[in-house]
Amino acid sequence: MRESQIMKIHYVTGIAALIVVAVHIMMRLIMPYNMSLEYENVVANYHNVPYVLLLESILILIAIHGFNGLRVILLEMRQGRNWEGSITVLTIAAMIAIIGYGTRTILVANGLEMGQ
Amino acid sequence: MSETIEKLERLDKKRKEHEKKEIERSSIYLKIFRANRATGEQAHYDTVEVPVQRSTTVLDALLYAKGYKDHSIGIRYSCRMASCGSCGMKINGIPRLACYTKVSELYGDTITCEPLSNFPHIRDLATDFTQFFEHHKDMQPYIQNENADIKDPSKLSEFVQSPEDVDKFLQFSYCIKCGCCYSACPTVAMDTKFPGPQALAQAYRYFADSRDAATEERLELVDDRHGIFRCHFAGSCSTVCPKGVDPALGIQLLKGHMLGYSSNEKKIADLKERLMRK
Repeated sequence: MRESQIMKIHYVTGIAALIVVAVHIMMRLIMPYNMSLEYENVVANYHNVPYVLLLESILILIAIHGFNGLRVILLEMRQGRNWEGSITVLTIAAMIAIIGYGTRTILVANGLEMGQ
Repeated sequence: MSETIEKLERLDKKRKEHEKKEIERSSIYLKIFRANRATGEQAHYDTVEVPVQRSTTVLDALLYAKGYKDHSIGIRYSCRMASCGSCGMKINGIPRLACYTKVSELYGDTITCEPLSNFPHIRDLATDFTQFFEHHKDMQPYIQNENADIKDPSKLSEFVQSPEDVDKFLQFSYCIKCGCCYSACPTVAMDTKFPGPQALAQAYRYFADSRDAATEERLELVDDRHGIFRCHFAGSCSTVCPKGVDPALGIQLLKGHMLGYSSNEKKIADLKERLMRK
């Protein structure tokens, strides 16, 4: 993949993340902040499909944007064929792992509620 | 007419304000960085007192110090008129041309002269430009157009360009490769493979030139892991340029073309001979 294409994705995910995180914060403020962190309310959030989709999109967008940012920082820190290849593979693997683990959390929380 | 007079008055006022800022002194102290890696000479500073006049430049002061105080001062210079770009150095911590910086513009009685940052050091104020010129060469800084047959002198003809076409790249062609922008760039300080503001501005200069037909090839040259997207737009390259070139602008314009929010379409200039035949 060309660097310009990667950076296009980087900028788009950054702007999109800004919007979805803003929606996420606003959703937290529709009730007193302490109440929004209570167990029942958190589980209820995971039962709300549009909100679950919002959380999943935040996870994906932030993971792509953040790990690409980390790759760029590491590329500038040190140069060398092995180093550059390693950090590219490692950041992609870490990104997939984080998205996978986060998605699992969302699915489990959603499934728990459905099972009750 | 009245507008022109007002403009002249404004310029005159600006000049007078600038003159007021000039500091008049009869002598200054030059604090010169001294080191020779080849002989293992440790880095240190030598301070030399030099008599100055209002028009004395830092290069004049350094040459006085070299001529009358210490012949061993290592310094690179040539034209003394900001054309060759040889005497780039850090003056009071900022990359500048020594021949283009008047002593009267600088505050304090002591003027510190150091070699440019981000370049391998040779001796005293002289640095190695090999890598810098390699980055410049990598950008293929010449017109590439199959219509211009440079091998056959009988077919040589001029390209027809409008003044608007020339304006698109003119300021970038004023670059004298002094290395001040390269020295000021924070990305170059970290990433040795980054071409630097000078080379990237030259990439834009040829990309924007309507005589050049290698548009896609030029974009590919800078579309690399260590290419144009490693520029964080600090803008220090444009601040220090002694020739008024704005490399940061060139880099951002080129980025715009690569990201697709500027038009990639460019009308390639025609040859004068071909137009006359039509």
